[in-house]
Amino acid sequence: MEHLELFLKSIFIDNMVFATFLGMCSYLAVSKKVSTAVGLGAAVIFVLAITVPLNWLLDQYLLQPGALKWLGEEYASYDLSFLSFIMFIATIATMVQLVEIVVEKFSPSLYNSLGIFLPLIAVNCAILGGSLFMQSREIQTIGLAATYGIGSGIGWFLAILAIAAIREKIRYSNVPPALRGLGITFIITGLMAIGFMSFGGMLTGGDDEAPKEEKTAQVEPAKEQSENNEVIANNIKVNE
Amino acid sequence: MGLLSKKDTKLITDPLADNNPITIQVLGICSALAITAELKASIVMSISVMFVLGLGNVVISLMRNIIPSKIRIIVQLTVVAALVIIVDQVLKAFAYELSKTLSVFVGLIITNCIIMGRFEAFALANGPWKSFLDGIGNSLGYAVILIIVGFFRELLGSGTLLGFPVLGDPIAKTGLYAIGYENNGFMLLSPMALIVVGIIIWVQRTRNKALVEDH
Repeated sequence: MEHLELFLKSIFIDNMVFATFLGMCSYLAVSKKVSTAVGLGAAVIFVLAITVPLNWLLDQYLLQPGALKWLGEEYASYDLSFLSFIMFIATIATMVQLVEIVVEKFSPSLYNSLGIFLPLIAVNCAILGGSLFMQSREIQTIGLAATYGIGSGIGWFLAILAIAAIREKIRYSNVPPALRGLGITFIITGLMAIGFMSFGGMLTGGDDEAPKEEKTAQVEPAKEQSENNEVIANNIKVNE
Repeated sequence: MGLLSKKDTKLITDPLADNNPITIQVLGICSALAITAELKASIVMSISVMFVLGLGNVVISLMRNIIPSKIRIIVQLTVVAALVIIVDQVLKAFAYELSKTLSVFVGLIITNCIIMGRFEAFALANGPWKSFLDGIGNSLGYAVILIIVGFFRELLGSGTLLGFPVLGDPIAKTGLYAIGYENNGFMLLSPMALIVVGIIIWVQRTRNKALVEDH
C-alpha cells in the first residue's frame, strides 16, 4: 500500500516536470517529435530506476550523519553529507556512460536517433533532483527508493509524451508568429501544470490543500537542524 | 572601456538579449522557474550561478588542453560539483533561512544546462579571460530573466518586493487594497512561472522579428 501510494504520488502529484520543473531543458529541446520523446523518456525511467536506489545506499551507509557507524564506533560522529552532490553526480555520470555503451551495443538505431541527448541525461536535473529529493524527503527503505525512482521516471515520460503529441498537432494551427516554437510550448506546459495540480487531492481526499513544495521545504530543515545539533553534541562528547 | 575590447564587450552584452541563455538557447530552465516566487531567492540564485559559471569557465578553460575528450563530461561535472559545494556551504553558514527556501535547487546548479552548455560551447575552445567574460555575460542573461520573473511573481502574488510591502497592507486595507485590489495568490504557484516566461518570450520576439521560429 505504501509503495502504491508513493508510486502514484510521484507520477501525478509531485510530477517532476509540472510540480518541480525538473528536466525542463531536455523536455523543451527533445519534444518536437513523439518518437524521439519516447526514446528519451524510456532512458530517463531506466536511469532514475537505477540511480535513486544506488544513491539511497550511498546516502544510508556513507553520507548521512552517523552513517559510518558500520566501520566502528569511533566513526559514528562523522558527517559527510556535504559530499553528497559530488557522490551523487559521480554515480549518475557512471550509470549514464554504462547505459550509453549498452544501448550502442544492442540497439544502434536507437543510439543514433538519440544522438547527443544520451550523454545529456547526465546533466538532466530530473535525475539528480530525484536523488536529492530522495535524500531530503528521507525515504525509509531501498524498495521505496526504487518505487520513487520508477514513479518519477514514469511521470517525466508521461509529461514529455504529452507535450510532444501536442506539439506535433499544433503545427497545423495558426499560432501568433512571435509565440511560435518556444513561447507556446511554455504556455501549454503552464496550462498542463494547472491541470496536474488537480491531482493534488487524489490521495488525501482533498484535505491537504497546502502546496507540496513549501511543506517539504519547511518540514525538512527543522529536522536537519535537530540532527545537526545531535551531531554537534556527539562531537563535543568526543572532544571531552 | 580600456580594459575590454569591442569583442570582449560583445561577450557580455550579447547574452543579455539577443542570445539569452534562457529564452533563446533554452538552457537552465529548471531553476529559473522553481525559485522565482520571491525576488530575493531569484537574486541569490543568480549570484550563485554567476560564481559557479564564471569560475568554472576559467577552470575548464585552463584545463582544456589536458582533458581527454572521452571523459570530459565527468571532469566537468566534478569541477561544477566542487564549486557548488562551496556555494551551498557558504549559504548554509551565512543565510540559513534562504538556503531552506532554495532547498535542493542549490544542488541542482550542478545540472544547470547553462553551465554545461557554456563549458562545451565556449570554455573548451577559448582562453581563460574570454571564458570568464562569457561566463559572466551568460549568467547576467540568466539573472535578467530570473529577476523579471521574480519581480512580477512577488509583486502580483504577495504584494511585496524583497519582503517589503509596496502595495499597502492587505489586512488593514491601505494603499491599493483600499480600492478593492486583491493579491493574486495564483502567481505564487508553479504553473504561473511557466506562463510568465512564455509571455517574456512573446514580448521579446515581437520586438525582434529575427528571433521568430517556424513551429
